[in-house]
Amino acid sequence: MRISTDKIISLLFFILSGLYLYQTYQIQVFSFDENAPFNAKTFPTFLAYLGMFLSILYLILPERFPSKVDHKVLDYKSTFFLVTIAFIYGFTILKAGFFLSTSLFLFISYYLLGERRWIWMFVLSFPFVALFMLLLHGALDIYLRDPFLKMLGIIS
Amino acid sequence: MIEGILIGLHTALSLKNILMVMMGCFFGTIIGMLPGLGPMTAIALMIPITYGFEPATGLILMAGVYYGAVFGGSTSSILINAPGVPGTVATAFDGYPMAQQGKAGKALAIAAYSSFAGGTISAIFLLFAAPSLSKISLAFRSPDYFALMVLGLTAVSAFSSKGQFLKAMMMVILGLMLSTVGQDSLSDITRFTFNNMNLTDGISFVLIVMATFAMSEALTIILKGKDPSRATEQISLSQLGSIRLDKEERNKMLKSIPRSSVLGFLIGVLPGAGATIASFLAYGMERNYVNDDEKQKFGKGSVHGLAAPETANNAACSGSFVPLLTLGIPGSGTTAVMLGALLGFGIQPGPRLYMTNPEIFWSVIMSMYIGMVILLILNLPLIPYIARVLATPKNFLIPLILFFSVTGIYLMSFNNFDIFLMIGIAVVATFLRLYNFPMPPLILAFVLGGLMEENLRRSLLISDGSFNFLWDRPLTLIILLFTISIISWQSLRPLIGR
Repeated sequence: MRISTDKIISLLFFILSGLYLYQTYQIQVFSFDENAPFNAKTFPTFLAYLGMFLSILYLILPERFPSKVDHKVLDYKSTFFLVTIAFIYGFTILKAGFFLSTSLFLFISYYLLGERRWIWMFVLSFPFVALFMLLLHGALDIYLRDPFLKMLGIIS
Repeated sequence: MIEGILIGLHTALSLKNILMVMMGCFFGTIIGMLPGLGPMTAIALMIPITYGFEPATGLILMAGVYYGAVFGGSTSSILINAPGVPGTVATAFDGYPMAQQGKAGKALAIAAYSSFAGGTISAIFLLFAAPSLSKISLAFRSPDYFALMVLGLTAVSAFSSKGQFLKAMMMVILGLMLSTVGQDSLSDITRFTFNNMNLTDGISFVLIVMATFAMSEALTIILKGKDPSRATEQISLSQLGSIRLDKEERNKMLKSIPRSSVLGFLIGVLPGAGATIASFLAYGMERNYVNDDEKQKFGKGSVHGLAAPETANNAACSGSFVPLLTLGIPGSGTTAVMLGALLGFGIQPGPRLYMTNPEIFWSVIMSMYIGMVILLILNLPLIPYIARVLATPKNFLIPLILFFSVTGIYLMSFNNFDIFLMIGIAVVATFLRLYNFPMPPLILAFVLGGLMEENLRRSLLISDGSFNFLWDRPLTLIILLFTISIISWQSLRPLIGR
């Protein structure tokens, strides 16, 4: 028997609803609220049961329009690399500062997506981020902590 | 009301706000034009910027972006047969054949005039309907609000699911679940935080929107490997042709506009409906209205077939502000995003909004007129230039979308936990979208989650834990009957179809 990906997703949703229900029962409500008509557990409990009910319904009912995804034409490699460098960007933004990490993130992303026009890649990364920072500092009064620029003595 | 209109005009006509409408329309048009990026993405990208402004200014900017994005969507529909937004799919039916016949300029002009007329006429309806509906909505109590939210979520699921109602309903539950993360608003008990301090205040609404729309759109474009710029090459921008309409074309357009405006506005008012359904219904209605000769031209470049959906989708945009401004309940995914932004400003839309914050209520309505005029002035002469945006290669476009998404979140919290959370949610959302799990119901549910729990809490406390509140009041009962009829229709439709 073959089970479609849609059904697997609904099975995962069933498990998620079950875990959510378990977590709902872990919520510590005040003792005077325990038997109240409504407490912090009530709404999540409804949601968990409703989630389980809907996913079971999807699992048992025949599928009218199962999703057809052609995995051969999907570019998983580029997507994976892009997500990875976005994660790295998240890690470095506090340590290296906004300017350097963002500029490098943009430059590397352009490169990974196949861009090789170096001048455009440079213009749309380092000067572009500098301009953006200038706009934030000058026009919107938003201060961005930047250890790298501070080290270079550009910002205080 | 006259006083309110004057307040609104005064606010909307300030130099800053006019500049905001212009900027909103311009950026909205550009973002809406890019295939895959719709008004929700456009507004989501603007939210972090608006937090630096006053609420009225921020909302005016977002309203401008909304109209601009809807119009921008029709430009890509007409020029490259790639609707930027679902609401402009019907525009492509006759707009693209016109462009192929060398009449792209005319098609864009018809779209611009129809959008202007549809938006303006429905803004007039909104001007009169909103205060009256606000008075009626004062009669709403907690059980009615709860029932109305259930109706809104059911309707959005029904309309955005493309026949996959259960998938959409699962997304509703997921959105509601995400809204329960963090401190409970009444008891201050933390829920589902896993002892992580970063989750104590709950998940930011902007984070969810950025992740499920802007970032997920970008990842989907990469994953599917479609290059919008390649499609753009199909049509030379020098082949736009004249934008002048002859008398016959003008007459045809003038016949379609009034009926499509009324239909679009009414559809827009309904929770869950909106621009997409309005445009398809207007297209179908127009086809029934015209004579047999004209009927034959539908799908081959008919003026009626282009004017009707374009009028209706813009009229529906104004209509969708009615439930948002008068009941505080968004009728569509886009207005849900705007509700989230309003809540971020500390403003609770609802029947009392036009009394407590008249400058916001009226200035938004007045800025719609100004927005329409600006859209027309901006778009007609700039069409050939704006259309060049379609040539932006995805190699530059995608990283820039990711940059604006990540930066938008980072600027709100200066915390990289939010960046990781956003990337995680975006990856899951991209996967779900691949399998046709719709995102608008999730967003609407996330926005309404807190309000829904609050109203359910009040209703249950008043009725001492009994569910009688669902049928005690006739209004609640009527709203619930509507909900049941939508669920029944969605359940029985496959059987009828067989």
